[in-house]
Amino acid sequence: MSDEILFELKNVAKKFVKGTESIAVFDNLNMSIKKGDFLAIMGPSGSGKTTLLNLLGGVDKPTAGEINFDGKRVDTLSEGQLAAWRANNIGFIFQFYNLMPMLNANRNVELPLLLTRLGKQQRKKNVAAALELVNLSDRARHMPSEMSGGQQQRVAIARALVSDPKLLLCDEPTGDLDRETADEILGILQLLNSKFGKTIVMVTHDPQAAKYAKRTLHLDKGQFVEKDLAA
Amino acid sequence: MGSLLSQIWTVIVMNIRSLPKRLWMSLAAVFAVSVVVAVLLSFLAMANGFEQTLAGTGSEKIGIISRKGSRSELNSTVSRDNINILATAPGIARDADNNPVYSAELYVIVNGIKRTTQTEVNLPLRGISLGGFELRDTVEIVAGRQFEPGRNELIVGQGVLAEFDGFELGREVRFGKTTWKVVGVFSTGGSAFESELWADALTVQTQFQRGTTFQTMRVLLEEPGNIEGIKQLAEDDPRMNLDVETEAAYFAEQGSALRGIVVFGWGLSIVMALGALAGALNTMYTSVASRGTEIATLRAIGFSNMSAFFGTLAESIVLSIIGGIVGALVSYLFLDGVTASTLGASFSQVVFDFQMSPQLFKNGIILALIIGLVGGVFPAWRAARLPVTLAFKNSM
Ligand SMILES: Nc1ncnc2c1ncn2[C@@H]1O[C@H](COP(=O)(O)OP(=O)(O)OP(=O)(O)O)[C@@H](O)[C@H]1O
Ligand SMILES: [Mg+2]
Repeated sequence: MSDEILFELKNVAKKFVKGTESIAVFDNLNMSIKKGDFLAIMGPSGSGKTTLLNLLGGVDKPTAGEINFDGKRVDTLSEGQLAAWRANNIGFIFQFYNLMPMLNANRNVELPLLLTRLGKQQRKKNVAAALELVNLSDRARHMPSEMSGGQQQRVAIARALVSDPKLLLCDEPTGDLDRETADEILGILQLLNSKFGKTIVMVTHDPQAAKYAKRTLHLDKGQFVEKDLAA
Repeated sequence: MGSLLSQIWTVIVMNIRSLPKRLWMSLAAVFAVSVVVAVLLSFLAMANGFEQTLAGTGSEKIGIISRKGSRSELNSTVSRDNINILATAPGIARDADNNPVYSAELYVIVNGIKRTTQTEVNLPLRGISLGGFELRDTVEIVAGRQFEPGRNELIVGQGVLAEFDGFELGREVRFGKTTWKVVGVFSTGGSAFESELWADALTVQTQFQRGTTFQTMRVLLEEPGNIEGIKQLAEDDPRMNLDVETEAAYFAEQGSALRGIVVFGWGLSIVMALGALAGALNTMYTSVASRGTEIATLRAIGFSNMSAFFGTLAESIVLSIIGGIVGALVSYLFLDGVTASTLGASFSQVVFDFQMSPQLFKNGIILALIIGLVGGVFPAWRAARLPVTLAFKNSM
């Protein structure tokens, strides 16, 4: 892990207002994530893990405070600018894989590349490389419905990394998988972190999964309790 | 921004491929649009056919003289004296013996039984002199023979034969106290005259107690469209209270009688289109709802909200255009060329064919397109506004 800071949250607050009710998930959250980190975030249900991931991924905006990425403020970007920023910097991995059911593995993995200037041939090459990395080359033409949960999640990982983003954000990536398959997926994430230098933030309920990370943050009542698990 | 097109294209492809998942709902939307288009096109094809038939009936080469303001042949009277004077008018073509070519005609209403409904409706019986055949160069006896002057003999138009019972060749027909024999069948190449029965003018005059009056006079014009000489003569004589028109102008006026049907057809279709629109909206909102996670995931990946918008809109337009094409084809297959008859402007039956045309087809497709556009734009807007956080909703 380098000493360069990739992400920095300063005095971040997030409130959801629905009618007269308002839920304050974060009042004053501060954190920083270094380049090359593999961070697990744990915490009870409703503690704000997904909300935090949404803020980091630029799919939601804080009510107050600042979010800096690579030294630049991102919480003030417009929706369109955020979309472009996400396309360039973030790969998402979801609990239920969120593959497009009508597209085969190749086409699913290709999606982020449609936002780049790469030509068809180059896209094909990159897709093949990404599927190779998650060891799914033989399933390239299969539809999501023809694959197991673990295989679908590997396609999703290939999709998340095909455009070579700096950061992977994973919300319960193994929440829907059995132990063995989960270990396989976590192994891939660990490899992406150690060998390819991807910074990873992973939300999980599972302490076993958290062990694959370099460190774990415990979120409770909108605040962190840090425990360093890295050797 | 070249990538925006590939984004939109990807979303469109995904939406279209996922249609089978919403098969019944999508089919219902397609069906609704096709019914609307079929209804619209039947009305338009009907009016189109009617207009074509009447437009084809009138000739520029024929002048028609009727009582001033009579509007239809039925209400008109022209005396024999006037006919004799007008026959000398300049501008009337002459035959080989240098006699003016004209026909003094009678036009009376008799009853016929319509085959489809077995109801009694009005049929026109035209009394016509042999000059009347010289005038109408499209007339052809297609079965039997010409009637003989002075006898109670009829020839019947092909349209009458097709639509009415009891006018087959050789049959005897009773009108009031008189009995007539069908001796021939004639064609005029599809014009409204084919909806008529023809007989010798003087015989009709006697049998229907018309004295020495006729109802219209038709003349063959020396120069097509030029009725000035006859008009001048008619206007110069204060005792003559007559209108002179070309036959083309006369029938064009009558052909517009179904304009009302066109307006009614559009009105009905638009009301029905509102129903189809509700169906389209429902289908598309359902589609957006069922694709919510997909749309949000694409947005999280970095797809623009325009891709969600246009992808949804395209789905709606594709569905409604399919509906439009189906509706147009159905109305074409089942109605084009179908023969119908209706009350013409002179309260008698005009037999005509439904006539589809590329122009009508276009109208149907445009209506379908509008349903698809309006039915798609609001759901598409919703799709574009879906929160991206929805992508994580499952795991919340
Ligand atoms: N869009 C929203 N509108 C209103 N309240 C919300 C919204 N999203 C989240 N919340 C609330 O914010 C709080 C934190 O939700 P969040 O999804 O971040 O929890 P979580 O830690 O991911 O929980 P879980 O482990 O169950 O996934 C919860 O109380 C939730 O009800
Ligand atoms: Mg969550």
